[in-house]
Amino acid sequence: MIALLIAAPLLGAAVLLVGGRRLDAVGHWIGTLLASASFVIGLVLFADLLGREAEQRTVVQHLFSWIPVAGFQADVAFRLDQLSMTFVLLITGVGSLIHVYSIGYMEHDERRRRFFGYLNLFLAAMLLLVLADNYLLLYFGWEGVGLASYLLIGFWQHKPSAATAAKKAFLVNRVGDMGLSIAIMLMFLTFGSFAFEPVLSQVGDTSEGRLTAIGLMLLLAACGKSAQVPLQSWLGDAMEGPTPVSALIHAATMVTAGVYLIVRSGAIFNAAPDAQLAVTVVGAVTLLFGAVVGCAKDDIKKALAASTMSQIGYMMLAAGLGPLGYVFAIMHLVTHGFFKAGLFLGAGSVMHGMNDEVDMRKYGGLRRYMPVTFVTFGLGYLAIIGFPGLSGFFSKDKIIEAAFAKGGTEGWILGGVALLGAAVTAFYMTRVMLMTFFGEERWRDRAEASGQAAATPHESPGVMTIPMIVLAVGSVFGGAFFSIGDRFLHWLEPVTGHSEGHPPVGAWAVTAATVVCLLIGVAVAWAQYGRRPVPAVAPRGSLLTRAARRDLFQDDFNHVVLVRGGEHLTRSLVYVDHTLVDGVVNGAAASVGGLSGRMRRLQNGFARSYAVSMFGGAALLVAATLLMRAV
Amino acid sequence: MSTAAVHSLWTIAADPIPRIDAPKIEYGQLSPVLIVVGAAIVGMLIEAFVPRRARYYAQVFVSVVALCASFAAVVALAAQGYGTTKAHIAAMGAVAVDGPALFLQGTILLAALVGLFTFAERRLDPAAHGNRVDSFAAQASSVPGSDSEKAAVKAGLTTTEVFPLLLFAVAGLLVFPAANDLLALFVALEVLSLPLYLLCALARRRRLMSQEAAVKYFLLGAFASAFTLFGIALLYGYAGSVSYAAIAQVVDGNVPHITPALANTMGNDALLLIGAAMVVMGLLFKVGAVPFHMWTPDVYQGAPTPVTGFMAAATKVAAFGALLRLLYVVLPGMRWDWRPVMWAVAIVTMLVGAIVAITQTDIKRLLAYSSIAHAGFILAGVIATSRDGVSSVLFYLAAYSFVTIGAFAVVTLVRDAGGEATHLSGWAGLGRRSPLVAAVFAVFLLAFAGIPLTSGFTGKFAVFRAAAEGGAVPLVVIGVIASAVAAFFYIRVIVLMFFSEPRPEGPTVAVPSPLTMAAIAVGVVATVVLGVAPQYFLDLANQAGVFVR
Repeated sequence: MIALLIAAPLLGAAVLLVGGRRLDAVGHWIGTLLASASFVIGLVLFADLLGREAEQRTVVQHLFSWIPVAGFQADVAFRLDQLSMTFVLLITGVGSLIHVYSIGYMEHDERRRRFFGYLNLFLAAMLLLVLADNYLLLYFGWEGVGLASYLLIGFWQHKPSAATAAKKAFLVNRVGDMGLSIAIMLMFLTFGSFAFEPVLSQVGDTSEGRLTAIGLMLLLAACGKSAQVPLQSWLGDAMEGPTPVSALIHAATMVTAGVYLIVRSGAIFNAAPDAQLAVTVVGAVTLLFGAVVGCAKDDIKKALAASTMSQIGYMMLAAGLGPLGYVFAIMHLVTHGFFKAGLFLGAGSVMHGMNDEVDMRKYGGLRRYMPVTFVTFGLGYLAIIGFPGLSGFFSKDKIIEAAFAKGGTEGWILGGVALLGAAVTAFYMTRVMLMTFFGEERWRDRAEASGQAAATPHESPGVMTIPMIVLAVGSVFGGAFFSIGDRFLHWLEPVTGHSEGHPPVGAWAVTAATVVCLLIGVAVAWAQYGRRPVPAVAPRGSLLTRAARRDLFQDDFNHVVLVRGGEHLTRSLVYVDHTLVDGVVNGAAASVGGLSGRMRRLQNGFARSYAVSMFGGAALLVAATLLMRAV
Repeated sequence: MSTAAVHSLWTIAADPIPRIDAPKIEYGQLSPVLIVVGAAIVGMLIEAFVPRRARYYAQVFVSVVALCASFAAVVALAAQGYGTTKAHIAAMGAVAVDGPALFLQGTILLAALVGLFTFAERRLDPAAHGNRVDSFAAQASSVPGSDSEKAAVKAGLTTTEVFPLLLFAVAGLLVFPAANDLLALFVALEVLSLPLYLLCALARRRRLMSQEAAVKYFLLGAFASAFTLFGIALLYGYAGSVSYAAIAQVVDGNVPHITPALANTMGNDALLLIGAAMVVMGLLFKVGAVPFHMWTPDVYQGAPTPVTGFMAAATKVAAFGALLRLLYVVLPGMRWDWRPVMWAVAIVTMLVGAIVAITQTDIKRLLAYSSIAHAGFILAGVIATSRDGVSSVLFYLAAYSFVTIGAFAVVTLVRDAGGEATHLSGWAGLGRRSPLVAAVFAVFLLAFAGIPLTSGFTGKFAVFRAAAEGGAVPLVVIGVIASAVAAFFYIRVIVLMFFSEPRPEGPTVAVPSPLTMAAIAVGVVATVVLGVAPQYFLDLANQAGVFVR
């Protein structure tokens, strides 16, 4: 049953990618059907789990032994527990919705069948990632989603920028993948296994240094996949991919794989406080980094991407808090999956109606033309800034509380950062909202100025709006549903463990502070973009703005330190290769060739010399045999 | 002379002459050999009595039927358990019927059948005066370039005697790995060698070169046979018997009745060591191990290509079978003496074969050196002296023989005005003009190189593993190095075929009859199946890995 979950989209990918043009007409229906089938199977399994006692909600399905060697067991086995079940529902649910949305969004693309094939491939790999019962199989899924992400970012490969972005995402992810593979090797060295059960249960008998090393390597992996500082630079460029891809892979699911990895490996981090601290630091830094970058972006998708980075920063921060935060990290992950996917689909709908224009300075006043998009996007907006009662409010508030509850100076710093982040989030999301849906209709002037026909904004078809509506419903009620009666906490606690935190100030005070920060953020944004007209060309801006537009110099940093440095390293390695390695290799080859030429001359064609060689050989053989006896 | 000895002479002479019992022959168990010999004799009668026009068809028919029937007999014997539980020494101790013998006989028969297809190919050479001709001389007795040769060609003569000759050689090859006494071994050696000498001389094109190759092969083969025979004499002198079992008993020192004559010689290890070394040398000559390999390139190049393919495959199978039986049945008691020597031979063979092949410019000579290198790899398995060693060698031989026949069959297809274009420069760009043929040849080359998913990899892996488990790790290391060197020249041919510009007036690829196609197809299928799903055949070889004693 668990295997079927993965098999359905995998079958879809195989059929769509192998089937060829014959399936062009029905390809998107096949893809959507199989994704939904997976979702239905997920629901059945969920119902089954709910029917059991909380302690018995872990199902392990052993499929087959892949490489059974003594001392090295690589099994294909799946583990379905509350944590993976949560992910399965998120992945297949949001995935199915986005499949439906893509039917409309990709309607005019002649490679639509291939697109759905890749999407199904992604679903299969992502499900494998979260269902794997050992780190090796997880790695397989990890690489699989990386591949799918690469293929989908570069889907419009005729655009050089898309091809470059795909390559960049792939390369940056390789760095993280190295971390994961090293972590798995270390695990095998330390525990003699890489299945979850033996690894996580033996943590107590292991030295802290080794655990810290494993933890840091896992963190590196998580940074790569989840676009956390310092491996964050690929996510913004990844927006070159079609918008449904951005919604599914680069907002709702794949980029949260890092959080999953950390939470799944919680036992390791709990026993390695240094690694755990590193996780919180990465989370806190990324949280602010993403938020600051998001304030300066004029490209609607890049603004949302920066916001994704920042929100995942929240999740990382929570995951770094240990048992205090695991549950809330996952809860925020799920609610974020709803509202961020909804926001991206809304952005896609706007672009769909605006001839693929992404510059928000060329939008404005769209609420009258796209009412459904406006409402669903608006609800997503309220959810992400944490408007009281909506889902983002519940999940983010819990994280901020947990950060304060960490205690000591650390707690104050982390809590402060989280609060500041909430304010900045409110600012940049309000900015996006105002620039897109309110204010003057700047797209008219732009079109006149450039002499082009004015875009005619229009609402998207039902096949696109229905998924947006469903996601908006999730964004509104998800948080409340999870939080009332601590439903989510009780569900997940058996897997991740939970310890109640004690914030230095009352919980209500934290909530109040969060709401105040939120209001300040909204007010500032309104003052800047709501009251005054938005200039059609971006003003020069302050130093910070300019830096944020350049993604806080992330690419410049990478270029100077890594690319230049890499080039120097390559050059010196090439030099060594040419002189030393090639010298040895060519020398060996030349000497073997020379030897060959000389030995060939022995073969002179005369039977008499052949006979002599045989005679000599026989004499040697006899002599050597006698000698062996003598020795 | 002591009085006791004189007395014993008198008493022996005084006894009534003992009755000689008629030897007991298990015809059923020897049927694979008997069928082939019978068919060979029928083939001679066909030459004598069937009209010239019909001979070719009659010969091909008889040969195919005989080889298939013989193979069926082998399978039937194996199915009755002669390969495992009922293993048995037949014909008064002369011929063993056991796992290795049946496995190798089956391999030889299949190789012979595939080889026969290439012998019977008549579409490649352009028809001479309206007559379809094969790879063999019109009339073997006519002097090359003479008027009688021209007349023979004009008359459309063909040498259909090749088919009975092939069958005689097969008969010898079948007995060779099964021979369980030294005389049977020697007789088998001669029965297989003499027809092969003749076959080598029968090329239709480049007849002088072919005859030269045959003469060299004959002279050197006779030389090696002389060593073998002398070695047999010494071993007989040592043990007082030519039977493997009896010699083994003497070597191990557990003889039930020590006669006075035996008591005098059995302590004389020099006889044993020199004799064993000389017999082994004769076998090493046949497998083409260094330093007894010098005939290989010249003969492989000169012989008609179908003969080369058959010879390279089947002779190697039979000779390694005989070598295994000799070392495992007769001489296990002195393995501490022969193992270091065989180590040295294996190492030198692998290295010389691989290194000299690098500078070859003729595809047939290249394959000859490749076969020398492979002989070295197989020797590594022989040295393991374990059941795994035996079964890995059996598997390797089966795998190697199909690759070899297939590869030489491809060589017959690439032709220019002078016949086969064996110079490598002609093969440049073959992949552009005939992608299928080049791809098939590339498969064979990859198998030779031991690339995974081909039979060559499975075989090499099995052999090296057996050798390493037998403690011969340095040998395995050198073997892997030699494989790397060898991979160079195999891959170079692939590069030449696919990545070089074709020459404007280079050779063309002839379209063969279904016979050669079948030979090549069998080769490809065997190569891929034994590479991708080898388990069944490895099990088979493993079951067959025990010699009867």
